[in-house]
Amino acid sequence: MSGLTQSRSAQANGHPAVDPTRVPYRVFTDPELYAREQEQLFRGPTWNYLCLEAELGKPGDFRANFVGETPVFVTRDAKGQLHALVNRCAHRGAMVCREVRGNRKTMVCPYHQWSYDLNGTLRGVPFRRGINGRGGYPSDFKLAEHSLTPLRVATYRGLVFGTFSDSVPPLPEYLGPGMCEHLDTIFNRPVEVLGFSRQLIHGNWKVYAENTKDPYHGSLLHMFHATFGSYRSSQDGGMVVEGLNSKMIALKADESQEISAYTKESVDSFSKTLKLADPSLLAARSEFDRFTTTIQFIFPTLVIQQISNTLATRQMVPLGVDRFELLVTYFGYEDDDPELRAMRIKQSNLIGPAGLIALEDGYAVELVQRAVSFDNRATSYIELGGRGTENQDSLVTETAIRAFWKGYGELMGLRWGASADGSNGTARAD
Amino acid sequence: MEATELRAQIEELTDAYVECLDSNRLEEWPDFFTDRCIYKVIPYENVALGMPIPLMYGDSRGMLRDRVVAHRNANFFAPHLYRHLVGRVRIVGRDNGTISTRANYAVFRTMLDPSNYGRSELFSVGVYQDVIVFEDGKPRFKEKVVVVDTSQIPTLLVTPL
Repeated sequence: MSGLTQSRSAQANGHPAVDPTRVPYRVFTDPELYAREQEQLFRGPTWNYLCLEAELGKPGDFRANFVGETPVFVTRDAKGQLHALVNRCAHRGAMVCREVRGNRKTMVCPYHQWSYDLNGTLRGVPFRRGINGRGGYPSDFKLAEHSLTPLRVATYRGLVFGTFSDSVPPLPEYLGPGMCEHLDTIFNRPVEVLGFSRQLIHGNWKVYAENTKDPYHGSLLHMFHATFGSYRSSQDGGMVVEGLNSKMIALKADESQEISAYTKESVDSFSKTLKLADPSLLAARSEFDRFTTTIQFIFPTLVIQQISNTLATRQMVPLGVDRFELLVTYFGYEDDDPELRAMRIKQSNLIGPAGLIALEDGYAVELVQRAVSFDNRATSYIELGGRGTENQDSLVTETAIRAFWKGYGELMGLRWGASADGSNGTARAD
Repeated sequence: MEATELRAQIEELTDAYVECLDSNRLEEWPDFFTDRCIYKVIPYENVALGMPIPLMYGDSRGMLRDRVVAHRNANFFAPHLYRHLVGRVRIVGRDNGTISTRANYAVFRTMLDPSNYGRSELFSVGVYQDVIVFEDGKPRFKEKVVVVDTSQIPTLLVTPL
């Protein structure tokens, strides 16, 4: 059951390549697999979130980030054009962009002062002809042959993505129609960045990816609303699955409706006796017609969240097989009135590293990582809502998690599970 | 109030505040604040960018009580201890009974869960920027802004700083 093998033609035998209901925990712990992810996922046929366009408002603005573990930076040049570049000097490999963000006309590598345009073109090198005719570069040295390595850049509704791949589908197709429709809703007008938070989580980035595709844990791990009887969503909703991408939607509750049956049944410490001393924390304004909470996942490392009036992107930055940083970018809209802006700031108490309805996620990831690290042959059990990967009108489902593992297995050329290879539990190459 | 007397009162307030948190008497924590107050934990990153998003925020004693009730009843996290080290408090402003102070802090966190029992690490370092007033002769925080240099939070922040 738990064997995990590599295959060039995973589906050649007509069986699905992976059993997405039984995922070997080795996917969270194997350093070799992690190294291959860098090549096959992050530098492979994926669009990787880099930043919001709003972070690069002016010509000369730049922002450093990572694609997987590859250091990159994004710039807006004098003409307003966006560029993404590998943050490594073409000379001897030093990091060129040394600040997280800022504004510059050129990027100069501090090691030997090689100077680059904001589009990555090498503009000059010191002592090119040597000194007094001695030393310097050979006569056939051409600046144009030593640019920074570029990524292809595309934007959708003010979200900036980059890719190393020539074969990845165009960004809107990669996102999928249902994902685009949702981004059209959330990013319907210019946004203003309100701040950032960072969290160091000692777990594999994919444990967190599962978490964001898992509506089951919502009211079970995060007990704040149940404890204070302050539910604002009905727990009705569903999952939209488009390959590796997905979105979770929680619909608005009928005002007259109290705690839903689902919540009542499953929450053991549910108590009506606890009331918020200051309910102003939950003062909110209705912004979107039908839903109170949406969590959208764009493979490989982007999550877009809307919980009440909090809006944010979350990016997983892998830092090794068992560590990642979660970088949250909080935003509102440029045209927010002061009251709405204040609501977003106050409600940020709910989300992020200290979030009253979010802080448990980091803990849950670490509980998983700690418990799976000693046994590579065990698997998880992912059959909530069936065994398929279709859209579901329910939040009591793991359909998007199964779709994730199916897509991940295909991209990585992996196979596991009895149906794929009748595995005897050993991992081996085909 | 004389300067030495004032300093003594402010030092006692600071010492009592961190002792309350370090000895897990969280229920007493809101009483260090005035009824209308600001308690804000904000990453250095946002302060440097002039951006408003905090990690924790309360603008009333009630909101701080809600934090504690959530901590005790709602939130899941690995059990842990804090140990604050607070540097010398500097009085930076005094105006009509309102005293503004600054003090550097470091918080070491010791884990009490099965995986890490007894393991300590530097959890957070930063600066307290406080506004203190006297109510019935007792000093209280009207404002406590915790600027966290450690913008990258190790795992999670659930216990106030």
